[in-house]
Amino acid sequence: MSAPILTLEGVSKRFTKPLDAASKFANLLGANYSEQTVHAVDSVDLSVRQGEVVGLVGESGCGKSTLGRVVAGVHQASSGRVSWRGRYTDEMSAPERKAATLAIQMIFQDPMSSLNPRLRVTDIVGEAPVVHGLVAKAQQDAYVAEVLDRVGLDSTYRRRYPHQFSGGQRARIGIARALAVKPQFLVCDESVAALDVSIQAQVLNLFMKLRDELNLTYLFISHDLSVVRHLSDRVVIMYLGRVVEAAPARELFKGPQHPYAQALLANVPTISARKKRFAALKGEIPSPLHPPPGCHFHPRCPMAGPRCRAERPALKEIAAGHVAACHLHDGGVGALAA
Amino acid sequence: MSDTAAFTVPPAGRSLWQDARIRLLRNRAAVASLVVLALMALGCVVGPLLTGHPYDRVYQDYVRVPASLSSYPKAEALPGAVQRIAARIRATPSEIAARSDRVRLVLTAQRPIDQRLLVYFDRSDQFGTPVIAGSEQEGRRLVLEVPVKRRHFLFGTDSNGRDLLTRTLIAGRVSLAIGLLATGVALVIGVAYGATAGYLGGRIDMVMMRIVDVLYSLPFIFFVILLVVFFGRNFVLMFLAVGAIEWLDMARIVRGQALSIKRHDYVLAAEALGVSTGGILRRHVIPNTLGPVIVYVTLLVPKVILLESFLSFLGLGVQEPMTSWGVLISDGARAIQATPWMLIFPAAFLVTTLFSLNFLGDGLRDALDPRDR
Repeated sequence: MSAPILTLEGVSKRFTKPLDAASKFANLLGANYSEQTVHAVDSVDLSVRQGEVVGLVGESGCGKSTLGRVVAGVHQASSGRVSWRGRYTDEMSAPERKAATLAIQMIFQDPMSSLNPRLRVTDIVGEAPVVHGLVAKAQQDAYVAEVLDRVGLDSTYRRRYPHQFSGGQRARIGIARALAVKPQFLVCDESVAALDVSIQAQVLNLFMKLRDELNLTYLFISHDLSVVRHLSDRVVIMYLGRVVEAAPARELFKGPQHPYAQALLANVPTISARKKRFAALKGEIPSPLHPPPGCHFHPRCPMAGPRCRAERPALKEIAAGHVAACHLHDGGVGALAA
Repeated sequence: MSDTAAFTVPPAGRSLWQDARIRLLRNRAAVASLVVLALMALGCVVGPLLTGHPYDRVYQDYVRVPASLSSYPKAEALPGAVQRIAARIRATPSEIAARSDRVRLVLTAQRPIDQRLLVYFDRSDQFGTPVIAGSEQEGRRLVLEVPVKRRHFLFGTDSNGRDLLTRTLIAGRVSLAIGLLATGVALVIGVAYGATAGYLGGRIDMVMMRIVDVLYSLPFIFFVILLVVFFGRNFVLMFLAVGAIEWLDMARIVRGQALSIKRHDYVLAAEALGVSTGGILRRHVIPNTLGPVIVYVTLLVPKVILLESFLSFLGLGVQEPMTSWGVLISDGARAIQATPWMLIFPAAFLVTTLFSLNFLGDGLRDALDPRDR
């Protein structure tokens, strides 16, 4: 396997709501308001190799979209470092950073709201290449036509507005926009979740076709396990801002190790399991404002013991390329580690 | 799919604005409004040269005459006018025969009539220079042919005897100019400022909006008086003062819009694509604020016109004999019972303009929104 092209080292993203003037004043008088911090992403390590499709899975609110945005450079990480092709992004010079920004592109969830309703397709797709001088203004139209053909859209539609397209076509426009700057890495944030199943399949096939044609690497964020299974080489499961398990897709779907992953996979509806009862996980995902101590999953975990409440489990390699963060695989849940 | 289509000639390129124009021209109310506004502007620019009355000419004999399509003086008013002039000449008129363009009359007096006094006919607004057709009884009886000066006051005259049509048109110049210019100033500053503040957000937004709040808390009249004290009374100052106040509202509206727009995925996408802040503002944020902005502009123009009349009423705006629709309407409103035409005509002009602006604004908003096709 080749060396990773994208690496995250202990990346966290916190959103802090600063105190307003009234609470500061109340604090002066002895009240006890503190700033509220959401740990959307909590020290995540992740590496992605060239040409790989990494599926990022988790419940809604577990921080997978935020992680995707940090990777795509839309958000800055609060701590930790991102490196692209062996260079840390915070050490890059301006031109390098620009190249990295263009190399990592994002495809958004809602194809309607991710397209500016006042621009024509030719301007939506052609804006960035022209801005960055990849294409001369005069060649914009021809270039856009070429990109639209590549994503399977009739290029004679390029003078239309986004609202004149169907959902699947809009998704293709979003893909074309990302492809127009010749990226090497695509972050797909729930990119097919808003589409109906037949269109989903078309768009997923398009992703795979583009991967082969353009040698792309994907970080595929989804809550839909069947989509991830179909698409991914490797799957990363997140829970409340942390990675709980990561493994090659085949291996993970065969034998998940983390109790959360097990519960998640047990609830995938399949045709053969027609009469199966789904044992829903008890409780709700806890608020990231006040995450539980120790293992984030322990309040809902059927196997939780005293150690889970106190100590944060580290990611531990169980098999080759298969890591899980659970005390069950790291000396048991009973007593506190010495 | 269509590899041939990529190399065929692309459909004729039309910009957003060309598209908007085509859609606007399809909107009948908007086109009618555009025509009305164009006629109004043309009338106000050219009209005062064609009415035959200077806007500041005072006709002392025609104070508060009602609007009329037929010319003044009216036939029934002629004997009375002749009586008054004859009294000043100290003679008695008789055998008054009024025709359309001249009056034939006989003046008799106890003593010979001083012919120099006939200049009173000249001085009146109704008559020309009298011609003495016959002098009898050693000048104690004069037969006069007096030409009648025919004048039209289509909108009547005001309480100083000035032609209201000319004044309404002259006033339109001031009102339209200030309405459009001050709105334009407010639009440009407000949109640029509000979009920048809303899009950049955070501390910059806070500072920028606190500046707006500070300016907002400044009483408008106080601000105008300050300007007048420092720079003297000046027509341009009014644009400045009104523009400087009105952009604050615009900035707030646009900032609110920009705050919500910057959360949209297409702005995030543009950021991820490395588009510059200026480019994002120009291509993504500002065009999407247009809807509410245009509606607000159509409300702003009448507001500015009325604000100008308020300033003029306080003596800080346009000065007599120059006038504006606001001034004419406030004059007319004070004399609404005695001389309703002084209110009706300027008000009709203002209302027509405002209606047209409203329809045009609606049309523009629809035309600029590609989704409404």
